[in-house]
Amino acid sequence: MAVAATSETGARPSRAGRRLATPTWVGTVPFLVYVAIFLLLPTGIVVVNSLKNPSGAWAFSNITELGNPLVRGFFIGSFKLCLLSSVSGAVLGAILAYAIASGNPDGVVRRLYLAGSGVLAQFGGITLAFAFLVLIGPVGLLFHASWYYNFPWGIGLIYTYFQVPLMVLVFLPAIDGVKVQWREASENLGASAWQYWRYVGGPLLMPAFLGGALLLFANALSAFATIQAWESQISYIVPQQIATAMSSEVGLSNVNVADLLALGMVVMVAIVMTGYALLQRRAARWLR
Amino acid sequence: MKLSYRYAAAGVAAAALIAAAGCSSSSSSGSGSGSGGSSVNWANETSASAGGGMSALVKAAKAEGTLNVIALPPTWANYGTIISTFTKDYGIKVNSALPDGTSQQEVDAVKTENGTSKAPDVMDIGMAVALANTSLFAPYEVSTWSSIPAAQKAPNGEWVQDYGGYMAVGYSSKFGTITSLNDLLSPKFKNAVALNGNPTSANAALNGVMMASMAEGGSASNIADGVSFFGKLKAAGNFSPVSATGASIKAGTTPVVFNWDYLNLPSYVGVSNWKVFIPSNAVLGGYYAQAINKNAPHPAAARLWEEFLYSQSATGGQNLWLQGGARPVEQVAMTSNGSIDTSAASKLPAVTGTPTFLSPTQATDAANYLAANWAKAVS
Repeated sequence: MAVAATSETGARPSRAGRRLATPTWVGTVPFLVYVAIFLLLPTGIVVVNSLKNPSGAWAFSNITELGNPLVRGFFIGSFKLCLLSSVSGAVLGAILAYAIASGNPDGVVRRLYLAGSGVLAQFGGITLAFAFLVLIGPVGLLFHASWYYNFPWGIGLIYTYFQVPLMVLVFLPAIDGVKVQWREASENLGASAWQYWRYVGGPLLMPAFLGGALLLFANALSAFATIQAWESQISYIVPQQIATAMSSEVGLSNVNVADLLALGMVVMVAIVMTGYALLQRRAARWLR
Repeated sequence: MKLSYRYAAAGVAAAALIAAAGCSSSSSSGSGSGSGGSSVNWANETSASAGGGMSALVKAAKAEGTLNVIALPPTWANYGTIISTFTKDYGIKVNSALPDGTSQQEVDAVKTENGTSKAPDVMDIGMAVALANTSLFAPYEVSTWSSIPAAQKAPNGEWVQDYGGYMAVGYSSKFGTITSLNDLLSPKFKNAVALNGNPTSANAALNGVMMASMAEGGSASNIADGVSFFGKLKAAGNFSPVSATGASIKAGTTPVVFNWDYLNLPSYVGVSNWKVFIPSNAVLGGYYAQAINKNAPHPAAARLWEEFLYSQSATGGQNLWLQGGARPVEQVAMTSNGSIDTSAASKLPAVTGTPTFLSPTQATDAANYLAANWAKAVS
C-alpha cells in the first residue's frame, strides 16, 4: 500500500516505461551550460593565466603586481569613472523615470521616451565619442568645453549619455509598481510628502534604485570603445591597459598581465555585488 | 593549446574552431610541392637560386595561386598598389587579413592559425616584435640581398628591414612655419598637438616622444626629456590626447601630429595646406621589417612576394614604396645604380643631419620608462 501511494504521488510510473523519468533539474541544464561556458570557464581561464608567466609556468608572485602604484592607478581611474557616471546616471535616470511614470500610462510621451531610451542606451562607442568631440571638443560646433579632456569629467559626461536612458529602462517598472493607494493611505494618515518618500516610497524603491545603479556601474566598468575613441594616448582605466598589455608593439605586451588586470576587474565587481546584496537585504527587511 | 584557450576567454573560440575545422581539409596541400613534379620544397629554401632560380620560384608560386598577407592598410606606404601590382604580374590572389592590425596581432595570428591555410604567409612588422619572435620566421635572402645595408637585416635573413622614414611633425600651414619644437608651446597651438597612439603601445608614438627628447637635447638612450616636453605641452594646454588619423586631421581636431614622415605627407593625410618639419638635431629613423612565416601555407608565393618587394624594377616593391612616401631599404644602392624613381624621391621631405636609429636596448629602455612615467606626465 505504501509503495503504491508513493509512486502515485510522485506521478512517475517507475517500471511501465511509457514516459521517461526526467528529473526536475533537467530544465535548468541549458542555463547552467550557458553560465558554465560564458561565465565560469572564462573566469577560470583568467584566474589560471593570471597566475602564470608568459612561458606557461606558475608565477603566484604576479598577484603582487596588483599592489603596484601604477596598476592601482588604473583601478582608481576605473572606479572614479564608474562611480561618477553611475551615480549621475542613476539619479538623473530615476528622476526622468518618475516624471515619465506620473504621465499618462498609454500616452504618446511615455512611448516616445521608452523607444528613445531603448535606442540611446545602446548608443556608445566611437560614434558617441565623436558626437561629443564635434559638439564640445577642442574645435566644438557648440562651444569648447575646456574640461573636455579632463579625466573623468569629460568622459564621465559622455558615459552619462548612455547611462541615463538605461536607468530609465530598468527603473521605470519599479516606479510603475508603486500603487497610488499607498500614497493615498499615507496621506489619509496625515503624512507629508516628505514623510511618504522617507518611510514608504523611498524604502520601496531603494532596492530597485541600487540595483539600477549597480547595473550602470558594471556597464561603465566594461566599456572600452567609447573612452578609446575619446582619447587613445593615455591609459586611464583598466580596459585600456588590458588592451596595451595585449597588443603593445614596443615590447610591453604580456598576456598574463592582461589576465591579471581582468582578474582585478572580476574582484572589483565581486566587491560591488557583495555590497549591493548587503544593502538590498537591509532595504528589503520590512518586506519579511 | 594554451593560446586557443586564452582566446576562448575573449569569446572568439567558436569562430576560430570553425575556421580551423573548415581549413584542415585543405591545409595539407599547403606545404607540399606545388610546382607539379618538382621535388623542391620551397619552405626549406633560403634563396631563389638555391631552389632552382627565379623561374622555378614563379612557377611554384603560381601553382600555389594564393598569398596570405596581414595588417597591410591599402593607404599605408602604397600597399594597395603594391598588392594589385603583384596580383597583376603573377596572377596570384592576395588575401589581405586585418588591414589595420598591429605587429603583435600579426604574430598572434601566425601562432593561433598555425597549420591552417589561413595563416599569414608573410609579415610586415615593427622591429621590437620582430626581434622577440625570430623563432617563427624562415630565413630567406632575396636576389637583391647585397643592396641592403648589413645593419638593416638579420645575418641569415630571418628578418629584413623593408621601408621606413623619419619621425616628423606634420602641421597645418595656418600656423605659419615651425622652426623648433619649442614653437609648439606657444598659445596658438592650444589643444592642437597629437601623437599617433599611446607610446606605451604604439611604436610610432614612442618614436614621437623620443624625437622630442632628442630635439630637447637628450640622447636616444634617454626618453625622459621627451616625456617632460609632452608634460610641458599638457601644462600649456596644447596636448591633444585624441588619436591622430586621416579623419581627425581633415576634421581639424589634430592640426599638429607627430608621425613617420611617410604617414605625414600632404598626399597621405589628404589635406593640401599641410607642412612637414623634421628638426635637424633629431632625425630619428624607423624601419619596418619583412619576415616569412616558417610554416607558411604558401611557401613559394611567400618567397616570390619578398622577391617582388625588394625588386629594383620600375614597378617593383622598392619603387612602389617610394611612390607612397616611404624610404625603401635599398634606396642608397638604387640611387647609385640609377634604378630609383627620381621624381618620387624628390618629393620626400628634405632631411639635414645624421639619422639615428634606436637600438633594441634603447627601445626597451624607452618603453619601460614610458610605462612608469607617461600617464603621470600627461594626465
